[in-house]
Amino acid sequence: MADPFIRTQMLPPMAPPVRTSGSIAWIRANLISSWLNAILTVLAIFAVYQFVMLALPWLLHGVWYAGSLGECRDIIAQNFGPDAGGACWAVIRARWHQFIFGFYPPELWYRPIICFALMFVALMPVLYSDDPRNVGRVLIPLVLLTLLVLVAAGTPAPVFVIAGLGLTGCLWVGMRRPLGLLPVTLLYPFFTVWMLWGGSVWGVATALFGFVVLWAVYRLTSQRIGVVLATSAGVIAAAVWWLVIAGYAVDSLQAVLPFAITSVDSDKFGGFMLAFVIGVSSISISLPIGILLALGRQSNMPLIHGISVGFIEFVRGVPLITMLFTASLLLQYFLPPQVQFDLILRVVILVTLFSAAYNAEVIRGGLAALPKGQYEAADALGLDYWQAQRLIIMPQALKVSIPGIVNTFIGLFKDTTLVSFVGLMDPLRGVTAIVRADIKWKGIYWEPYLFVGAIFFLACYGMSRYALYLERKLKTDHR
Amino acid sequence: MAIATDAPKPVFRLSQLIYDTRYRSYTIQVVVLILGLLFVSWLANNVIENLARKGKDIDFGFLWSRAGYDLAQHLIPYTNDDTHFRAMLVGLTNTLVVAIFGCIISTVLGVMIGVLRLSSNWIVSRLMSVYVEMFRNVPLVLWIILVYVVFSEVAPQPKDFKPVDGVAKASMMFWDSFAITNRGTNIPAPMLSRPLPDIGWMPTSFLAVLILLGASFWVNNSIRRRAAAVQEATGIRPTTWWKSLAVLVLPTLVLLVAMGFNLEYPVLKGFDFQGGIRLSHAFTALTLALSLYYAAVTAEIVRGGIQAISRGQSEAAFALGLRPGRTMSLVILPQALRVIIPPQISNYLSLTKDTSLGIAVSYLDLRGTLGGITLNQTGRELECMVLMMAIYLTISLLISSALNFYNSTVKLKER
Amino acid sequence: MANAAAQNAAMEVSDEVAVQITGMNKWFGTFHVLRDIDITVQKGERIVICGPSGSGKSTLIRCINRLEEHQQGKIVVDGTELTNDLKNIDKVRSEVGMVFQHFNLFPHLTIMENLTLAPIWVRKVPRREAEETAMYFLHKVKIPEQAHKYPGQLSGGQQQRVAIARSLCMKPRIMLFDEPTSALDPEMIKEVLDTMIELAQDGMTMLCVTHEMGFAQAVANRVIFMDQGQIVEQNEPKEFFNNPKSDRTKLFLSQILGH
Repeated sequence: MADPFIRTQMLPPMAPPVRTSGSIAWIRANLISSWLNAILTVLAIFAVYQFVMLALPWLLHGVWYAGSLGECRDIIAQNFGPDAGGACWAVIRARWHQFIFGFYPPELWYRPIICFALMFVALMPVLYSDDPRNVGRVLIPLVLLTLLVLVAAGTPAPVFVIAGLGLTGCLWVGMRRPLGLLPVTLLYPFFTVWMLWGGSVWGVATALFGFVVLWAVYRLTSQRIGVVLATSAGVIAAAVWWLVIAGYAVDSLQAVLPFAITSVDSDKFGGFMLAFVIGVSSISISLPIGILLALGRQSNMPLIHGISVGFIEFVRGVPLITMLFTASLLLQYFLPPQVQFDLILRVVILVTLFSAAYNAEVIRGGLAALPKGQYEAADALGLDYWQAQRLIIMPQALKVSIPGIVNTFIGLFKDTTLVSFVGLMDPLRGVTAIVRADIKWKGIYWEPYLFVGAIFFLACYGMSRYALYLERKLKTDHR
Repeated sequence: MAIATDAPKPVFRLSQLIYDTRYRSYTIQVVVLILGLLFVSWLANNVIENLARKGKDIDFGFLWSRAGYDLAQHLIPYTNDDTHFRAMLVGLTNTLVVAIFGCIISTVLGVMIGVLRLSSNWIVSRLMSVYVEMFRNVPLVLWIILVYVVFSEVAPQPKDFKPVDGVAKASMMFWDSFAITNRGTNIPAPMLSRPLPDIGWMPTSFLAVLILLGASFWVNNSIRRRAAAVQEATGIRPTTWWKSLAVLVLPTLVLLVAMGFNLEYPVLKGFDFQGGIRLSHAFTALTLALSLYYAAVTAEIVRGGIQAISRGQSEAAFALGLRPGRTMSLVILPQALRVIIPPQISNYLSLTKDTSLGIAVSYLDLRGTLGGITLNQTGRELECMVLMMAIYLTISLLISSALNFYNSTVKLKER
Repeated sequence: MANAAAQNAAMEVSDEVAVQITGMNKWFGTFHVLRDIDITVQKGERIVICGPSGSGKSTLIRCINRLEEHQQGKIVVDGTELTNDLKNIDKVRSEVGMVFQHFNLFPHLTIMENLTLAPIWVRKVPRREAEETAMYFLHKVKIPEQAHKYPGQLSGGQQQRVAIARSLCMKPRIMLFDEPTSALDPEMIKEVLDTMIELAQDGMTMLCVTHEMGFAQAVANRVIFMDQGQIVEQNEPKEFFNNPKSDRTKLFLSQILGH
């Protein structure tokens, strides 16, 4: 047996031997650790080199100041020789506003800018309800940037002052108590619709009032007849308001208290603004529907379960483009003959239904991740089904589902490019076709596609990194 | 003194419909049913009213009338004298061709990229991440358009293949068998000079090859089973790779040679290539873009699957003395496949649905024929859309049930 | 326990060397995780390694079957030196068995398949023979009736005993245990420790990283205390527990034996 041993002096740490650490060791371990690895490294370097040799000259010879494609080519031939190729970025300089705003009137650009900034404010209670410091970190640069951009867009002074005050107010509230921004989140859809399309404020107000009617009827009756029946009663009441009374209300209110801003037609909407409008509105409206579908799918009432499963499988079984064609061709058959919905609204409705089905699956995964003990604890405390859902189950399930929902949004945002096939001006094919229709830029293809692709890449990559960050944070929170 | 009383007789009260757990669910379902029926009848009423206003009716008879339009790419024989129904079938086969090729190429490519992404070689794994991120963050429509533009505007013209003063501006690939021009991709066509006689409408030669391949697989299976039995008895596994190779390849090869298999090469005649098969750029762009895009998604699924298997599994296998190759095939892959295959089948479903994006390059798939030209020509929007969605729905339900079947057979058994 | 202690004293430790580690140093990047390790393990010896978390104890035994690589020094297992040579590594791994903290059973195979996998594919044993060996060891760990269940259907203690049987099926000469009971519920720890004690009584050379001091006192020939990647104190159990010499050892023992 070995002798007893006691160490009297602890050894200090030493530096590792040179061959096993540092950059030489890293190269040996990572790049040439085996024959296969060495061959792969050589092939990879060769492939990268070929690509760079192809793309770099074209990018470096870019021309930013020119009036037309022909002029671009002349400048490149002058500077780099007759056979050189080069990018004609001048088209982006000339037409960048169409890619971003479509045909929206330039003097009214402050409206989409304010709505875009407010979107982040509206998201604060949802994403950072427990962390006021993060709210500050996001909102302060946002508000400063928005004010700068508003100045650059030539906003009229009164609008600028109101916007500045409003945003600073939201900042002040958000940094103290993020949940205080919840009214902004709830009113945001109505405010945005009014801001972007213009028109009388009473149109949007009556739509909002319909929801107030729903809520009021629900509150009055839920004690007596239960949640589901009260909600149904509320829905019927709201439907009556919207379909019958609202029209008269708008006209009479507008006559008495006119308050309207310049209206903008739907066919002026285009570019990334359109993509965001469709994407954000569908995702936000589809969330409650998705929650109901997920709960319905879990239910043990056969009718509810059947309807939910049927709807989800139907929507997930058909391509989005057929849903868009339904929006443009078929939806009018299903609506009463006098009712004529805007094309954007029809598209938003169908895209909402589409994303509701996908969100339902994500939320179902979130619900499955909850331990059964949560449901049992809620029951043991005497909470009824809807109370348990609202107070205990949904907050946890939704928190876990947020990365999945962000991923659905990324997919949806990319899919907004399909609306060009039903005649809307999406940033990819829609705006590029318009740019190419101009005789000055006829025949250009790489530059606008690369520009749009780059913006999509930045937006989607940013969002997917955020989703990954959230996932990691949730994993550690929920150990 | 105890007094025994009867149990209270059950009394039915109307409020029990809402509060009693026995009746509550029925009440809710009945209410939902009524509301649902009201909604559906409102929709149906609207449809009938709108149709009446436009003077239309619901009639699927148009399917049997003459189509009157040409389809350049068709797998089954078709002329513009055929019915709309046959045009729809051509569209359907076009959809399925793109879907099948797309699934195969994207799987092979995706597995390679996913495995390379996990490689210890830093450059290779970073390059693969760049590939994956690029494809996943840019809309698929853009990729389809870009590939199409590369083929149709950057590819040389047919006349560039003619040598001028001994030098041709463009040359064919793969030993003068492929020619990519701006009109289409010309590839050799497989031809049989002595095919088996056709029985009715069945493509006998094609079926014969399929049957022989099936038989080869079956024989190969029994070879492997025999090898496993030998291993169980003696511990040594006999080498079978050459036997498998021979059994899988030789019989089909012999049959093809007997049927006079040869390739008809595209040849430059006059202003364009003649002979061989011409693949339209719409087809190549759609298939290639779909394959590359979904390869990126597959790569992520494969990577996630392999990473999901805890390191402890491979450590335990190494500690037992198993080599990395055996560890992968006996321990890691079986578990990884359980994690990989369900999302991968959803992937196939998405790929099949995304073949409808051929609209971006005017590829005439199911949506292009039934939901496009036929719809515009006959004006029968409702019927065409309903039929089209029904067909897509059937395809997806078939794929989903395959998924559910797979899931139920390989579930890990737990307490 | 007293009976076992008596048996322990009577257990013979041969003069042959099972594991010899000289001047071993290991770094994780620039972090010096194992410093100047010198250990000689005789055949039949049972060694318990303890220490605070992060002291490198698991890393040490994982170096012995090359699950981790050392950068400096020499490790000789059963006469074979551990280098980058794959043949040496294979030879060492077939003589050394390892039991993990989280069992690491293969969930997609039955218990029987778990046990026969390595003998069939590494030692090329015919299936019948492998299954007989497997049933023998399942009897030894006292769960022969679970042979055709899946790991997910067993309790934690049963799974760890299966893991021990799985390593034994390769007929190793040295067994390494990496905190085998740390992931078990208290009522299952005893069944696993009993199995390990039986193994020790059969004369197996064992290196065990564990916090179970009762086990150390019952079975170990030597207790090694590690801290900050180096061996601080090493002695026979009685001396170690009753008479710790180093301050660090005293602190550690007070922390784990206190409650």
